[in-house]
Amino acid sequence: MQLGSIFLLALLEGLASASVLALTACGLSLVFGIMRVVNVAHGEFFMLGAVLAWFTASLIPGPPALAFAVALVVCPLIVGAIAALADMLVLKRLNYEPEATIVATIGLLYILQQGALTVFGPNALPVPAPVDFRFQFPGFGYSGYKIAVIVAAVLLLLGLWLILTRTRIGLVMRATQIDRATARAFGINVDRVYAGVFAMGAGLAAIAAVLIVPIQQAHYLMGADPLLLSFSVVIIGGLGSLRGTVVAALLIGMVDQMIPIFMPVVFPAYGAWFTPTLAKIMATLVVALVLVFRPQGLFGKRAA
Amino acid sequence: MMLTLQSIEAGYGAVQVLRGLTFEVRPGEVLCLMGRNGAGKTTALRAIMGQVPVTAGSVVLDGTPVNTLPAHEVPKQGIGYVPQGRRLFGELTVAENIEIGLMTRGRDARVRERVLSIFPRLRERLDQMSRTLSGGEQQMLAIARALCLEPKVLLLDEPTEGLQPSMIALIRDTVVALKATGVTTVLVEQRVDAALSVADRIAFVTGGRVAETVPTAGLTTTSPQFATYVGV
Ligand SMILES: Nc1ncnc2c1ncn2[C@@H]1O[C@H](COP(=O)(O)OP(=O)(O)OP(=O)(O)O)[C@@H](O)[C@H]1O
Ligand SMILES: [Mg+2]
Repeated sequence: MQLGSIFLLALLEGLASASVLALTACGLSLVFGIMRVVNVAHGEFFMLGAVLAWFTASLIPGPPALAFAVALVVCPLIVGAIAALADMLVLKRLNYEPEATIVATIGLLYILQQGALTVFGPNALPVPAPVDFRFQFPGFGYSGYKIAVIVAAVLLLLGLWLILTRTRIGLVMRATQIDRATARAFGINVDRVYAGVFAMGAGLAAIAAVLIVPIQQAHYLMGADPLLLSFSVVIIGGLGSLRGTVVAALLIGMVDQMIPIFMPVVFPAYGAWFTPTLAKIMATLVVALVLVFRPQGLFGKRAA
Repeated sequence: MMLTLQSIEAGYGAVQVLRGLTFEVRPGEVLCLMGRNGAGKTTALRAIMGQVPVTAGSVVLDGTPVNTLPAHEVPKQGIGYVPQGRRLFGELTVAENIEIGLMTRGRDARVRERVLSIFPRLRERLDQMSRTLSGGEQQMLAIARALCLEPKVLLLDEPTEGLQPSMIALIRDTVVALKATGVTTVLVEQRVDAALSVADRIAFVTGGRVAETVPTAGLTTTSPQFATYVGV
């Protein structure tokens, strides 16, 4: 393959992982931004989305595209409902105390993880891709499904942004974020907003998981990676800043794919160095540098 | 009565602030709450809004008990709150702050027009981030946001605090103009001349209860109550 083709391939792979990561991390960031809750169980909502996608696909006969379309709608709703319930039953009772909610969501992590193990078992669960075509680029063919994932993620992020900035629901969410006591003094049902935001954050993770599951099988332990990556992304981007989250997801996604795919071609003599592990090390290094030199993140405001 | 607070006990955790606070507001009047720093004036307004737990007593708005409602239902009954320090949604624009006020009781563009016609300076700044407004403009917006509810009762907590004289006069004229349109108002005010010029009656708050309620007609700047309860 030519250098240009390899670059394009690495770019596409980077975009695909960045777009799924951006969706997941935006969910985490949204919940922190509005509720000041660090949701340690976020990765488990991702896992639940994936496992439920397998379950939905196994229930619905016929073409994989149909089952997948159903999963894309139903799984985020179910996961969102579970999250809303967790908010009302647990987080609300803790009065959203930051330390207490961290401990509580750690507990939630184990409940969801072990629950998934009990119900769905320890095996990896495959979901067939809904579309099966390849895009022919100069020098290589590329999964049409991955391109569809990129497009879907961009549309979803655009939709999220429109909801937050252009709708009444978004206005109510932003007002609640700024000052919940005053929001109540103007008729805003803060409890309902919180339940909705927690559901929305979890739903975003679930959508990302449904999108990824035809590429990467569902498994009850799969929540750890998206959680860690989401944390990296929101630390780099600035917790609560959606713009920063998207930019940081692009950065991490690109580093993750460029290093193992593209760099060995550019520096063939050192090819063996550019492993996925190096990519992870680089990403961690970026997180560390941001924490040291700009703890509020690239786009975050200084803590009040 | 438009608003009645009867024997209110309220506070923050173990700290009791209101100890049997009682006052009544008649339809269309401006009742002024006066008292020293820490007397409990702000806490009284917050108790009305359901922002501090009321452990005894009742708040009745136009015949409806409101202290048993969840906090977000209280404004929907028709109480517009202008908190001390304004508490605008600083990262939202002027227009968005007003929109929040309109949403509270489902008011429409007609109400928006009426409110903006009271404060033309806000109309010129609709897309400005509200935390970048001047202090006086911020206070106008805080009042405008509350008026968007078309409230039965308006609660104003030290609306002229920290403003320059011309702004103080403008805010005071606004309160007088609102009274002329029949808006019932509870006004927390520290300055004697301002209280005397706009209020119908003054309730003197001390130690978390109302010691005396006196019509302003019977008061002058040298009345002993001001020295006793306000310390001026
Ligand atoms: N959030 C809080 N937690 C604990 N105590 C509080 C809180 N807010 C107010 N207090 C206390 O309650 C008492 C009454 O305060 P409040 O704000 O009602 O006084 P105020 O009459 O409005 O005074 P000012 O004229 O200074 O505004 C004070 O002693 C104050 O320290
Ligand atoms: Mg006060």
